[in-house]
Amino acid sequence: MYPANTTYHRAGSVAEAVQLLADNEGAKVLAGGHSLIPAMKLRLAAPQALVDIGHIAALRGISLEGGSLVIGALTNFATIASSELVQANAPVLAEATGVVGDPAVRNRGTIGGNVSHGDPASDPPTALTALGATYNVSGPGGERSIAASDFPTGLLENALQDNEILTGVSVPALAPGSGSAYVKFPHPASRYAVVGVAAIVASQGGSCSSASVVIGGVETTPTRASSVEAALVGSDLGNDALDAAAAAVAGDFTGDPMSDIFASDEYRRAMAAVYLRRALGIAASRAG
Amino acid sequence: MKLKVPVEITINGKSCSGEVEPRQLLVHFIRENAGLTGTKVGCDTSQCGTCTVVLDGSTAKACTVLTVQASGSSVTTIEGFADGANLHPLQEAFWNNHALQCGFCTPGMIIAADAILRNNPSPTREEIRQGLEGNICRCTGYQNIVRAVEQAAETMGGG
Repeated sequence: MYPANTTYHRAGSVAEAVQLLADNEGAKVLAGGHSLIPAMKLRLAAPQALVDIGHIAALRGISLEGGSLVIGALTNFATIASSELVQANAPVLAEATGVVGDPAVRNRGTIGGNVSHGDPASDPPTALTALGATYNVSGPGGERSIAASDFPTGLLENALQDNEILTGVSVPALAPGSGSAYVKFPHPASRYAVVGVAAIVASQGGSCSSASVVIGGVETTPTRASSVEAALVGSDLGNDALDAAAAAVAGDFTGDPMSDIFASDEYRRAMAAVYLRRALGIAASRAG
Repeated sequence: MKLKVPVEITINGKSCSGEVEPRQLLVHFIRENAGLTGTKVGCDTSQCGTCTVVLDGSTAKACTVLTVQASGSSVTTIEGFADGANLHPLQEAFWNNHALQCGFCTPGMIIAADAILRNNPSPTREEIRQGLEGNICRCTGYQNIVRAVEQAAETMGGG
């Protein structure tokens, strides 16, 4: 499968990339290409120009700054999943990036490209939304940040303005005493999540003090399970409490449902309750 | 629209240059411009893994990389594994264990297996299976492929 033809522009810096986007009508940003190239092969995307940011070394790397992990947009999934900093401060992100695709895909796919593309069946956005991450953006008007929960505006649509580039993600470190888990039902061929659940719970004195639960794959954007979170907080995180919390998820699906030949929307919602319960059990066992 | 751009990629230690359309996939550059047809095109959707190559030190599916992205990079294909007439220990182990039937997946299997052993010289059977997750054998010859990787780990000093 050949994509439609296009022109190619390799950027040496973020500022140059922003300028190249402004100078080339119909241009798209290319990072690892593991979302964009498949879309181009299917002609779902046919950008007139590609601005390749994949060689900007400053966009690569992971650091801990003032209690937050800062991960450059070009950092690949393999690097994030195996990072001791990420495993210590945001283990649910290490888990989610460790189950994207397969080893070769994880070597090339980048966190910035992944969240900019915003596939609702992809693992990292679910974990990042649960973690309360923010996305750092550079554009003609300077830099700004967008909350992960405000970033997707619809199926494969996001809050980036014209000629803006996502340069990295900032992830607040999990509080001590928190437990988290990412649990996924992978599509058997594509490895995308039919359902993916990121759950974070904190426990103090035997009682749940906070909870953050996000589900991917069921709706066109990640679903925050507010009813589940409300049922968890104040509970003892025992089996009965987790059963009751997981059952509350039915009321949280209020967006546009996803459905395909492999999994209907009804099946996805049913599986979401199952995988949610598993995620809550693991997260609770790791808390305290 | 400028249709072709110059590229230069080091493949198996040899510099290969050419002028290509930006839409050309790396796997086609390897096969058609460099003439190295060991790397196969299978599913063309980054799922089957038979186009796997080593790109700047780590495995990549060459059907999901544009040639222009890889310009300036270094690539190793299956043709870079044997040392003259001496097979690589993984190739030897695949031969000994009948780890190929039609052989179409074999180049990608060997390159993915090499990546497993470089990161982990003594993998468990389960770790081998996880490492080969992105490589599909439509003859379903997985048992012998896993055995071959185990044997190669032993001959390469791990195991």
